[in-house]
Amino acid sequence: MNAVLNAPVFADVPVPEFKPGPAGTHITIRGLTKYFAGWPLYENFDLDIPKHKIVSVFGPNGCGKSTLINMIAGLIPIDSGEILFDGKSLKDTKIGYVFQNYREAMFPWMRTIDNIAYPLKLEGKSKGEVDRRMTELVASFDVKFDLNRYPYELSGGQQQTASIMRALAPNPEVLFLDEPFSALDFEMTLFIREKLQEVFMQTGTTMVLVSHDLEEAVYLADQVLLLTKRPTRVAEILPYTDPRPRTTATLSEPSFIAAKKRSLEIFQREVRR
Amino acid sequence: MSTSTTPHKAPTAWVPPASSDAAAAPRKADWGRALPFVGPVVLFIIWDLAVRLGFIKAILLPPPVDALGALLGGLAGGPLLGDFLVTVWRTVQAFLIAAVLGMPLGVLLGSNEKAYRSVEFLIDFFRSTPSSALIPLFLMVFGVSDINKVAIAAFGALLIVVFNSAYGVINARKQRVMAAKVMGATRWQVFKDVLIWESLQPSFVGLRSAVSMALVIVIVAEMFIGADSGLGNRIINSQQVMNVKDMYASILAAGALGYALNVLFLLIERKIVHWSGR
Repeated sequence: MNAVLNAPVFADVPVPEFKPGPAGTHITIRGLTKYFAGWPLYENFDLDIPKHKIVSVFGPNGCGKSTLINMIAGLIPIDSGEILFDGKSLKDTKIGYVFQNYREAMFPWMRTIDNIAYPLKLEGKSKGEVDRRMTELVASFDVKFDLNRYPYELSGGQQQTASIMRALAPNPEVLFLDEPFSALDFEMTLFIREKLQEVFMQTGTTMVLVSHDLEEAVYLADQVLLLTKRPTRVAEILPYTDPRPRTTATLSEPSFIAAKKRSLEIFQREVRR
Repeated sequence: MSTSTTPHKAPTAWVPPASSDAAAAPRKADWGRALPFVGPVVLFIIWDLAVRLGFIKAILLPPPVDALGALLGGLAGGPLLGDFLVTVWRTVQAFLIAAVLGMPLGVLLGSNEKAYRSVEFLIDFFRSTPSSALIPLFLMVFGVSDINKVAIAAFGALLIVVFNSAYGVINARKQRVMAAKVMGATRWQVFKDVLIWESLQPSFVGLRSAVSMALVIVIVAEMFIGADSGLGNRIINSQQVMNVKDMYASILAAGALGYALNVLFLLIERKIVHWSGR
């Protein structure tokens, strides 16, 4: 009985027309749906991620911040929906990914330099090309530690620096960062944050950053993407436009404080809801 | 019997030197370095006293000096050396067969979980079956030959190697596999650049247990499958004629062999799997 009554409802749901994002959109997400254990985490989720911008993803616990970027990066399969990079599928797109747990992301059987060069070797680059790119990376990151060591011989911050270098080595179109600073001490966090900003200013690589630290999320962002509790929707997309390079002085600028305050308000509203 | 197992267990106290190099103050270090010798020395003193004071008849247990003398004399070119080398050779052969067949097989099974699940019960079952229980079966197949001893030892060792290598691949850190995938690695590249390496450490644990297992089975086989050489054969022969000095010397030699093999594998492992535990 129920089934009969409900049947037309399903039939009547029109397939939504694909609407492209505004100009300058890099990643277009349409109708993304993902269930976990029978419960919707994302349902018909739409999002446009702009090109040459840093987007920080922030939201309540368990709303699936990491899941979102993992789905975009193809690490977790999606139930349905469409994710396009400049109109291309993931298969035709070069991406970089920085994990929170650098210890389990680097390959300890390779020297650090070979870890960084690994994605280039996967692309079948010649030794000359690899060497040239390595020199370039070392220069732009201003590396002060010995890359011929094994990753486990380096400090946490050095390992995370190396894994960011590895992610950037093949000049990816998009760089995903999943809480890259959470396992680091404060000093290292500041250092890598600056490096990341420098690299972004040099290359303009689109970055999607998941963070659980609001200050850091706003500090690096051009847009703060605030998510709701599950089933997750976009609560608000907050632009933050202070010029780069941002410095520690930026942290006390009224515009920064305002952006942070506004983010916090939205966050708290969503948590209480 | 219980006294016979203790002498070759006691040297296990040797393992700590590697970890004791963290000893702090130099004055304490002098003491710390002597610590591993305490166990064996105390054992030999108790052993000596037990014989001297007549708690155990000298015909069952010779004084430790005699046993050690027979061991050193025997290994320094005496007949014990020949049997020792035969046992080493059989163990090495069995181990090599197990390693060469087992590691690739384990890695392949591990990388195809469906394949592994379908043979898991067999592996677990035969791994749990005492290999010595299969000796009569192997006797029927291979007869009373040298091949038999190597074959049964290789079989017992093989299952351990397969099991450990397969689980090494299955339990490879998911994140390393994901990292390789996100960089665009194909299935084959993930296999050869990540899975094989991830499986190395558990594989070495398997190899180390396997060489111990091979030695145990070789010794048992030498005792009971019409052998005319090897430490097992020597132990049982000297027991039959109540040549206890030689019996204890052979037991100690077997213990030293087992211990040396274990240490050797630990050293090789530390060299090859240099990242283990870091």
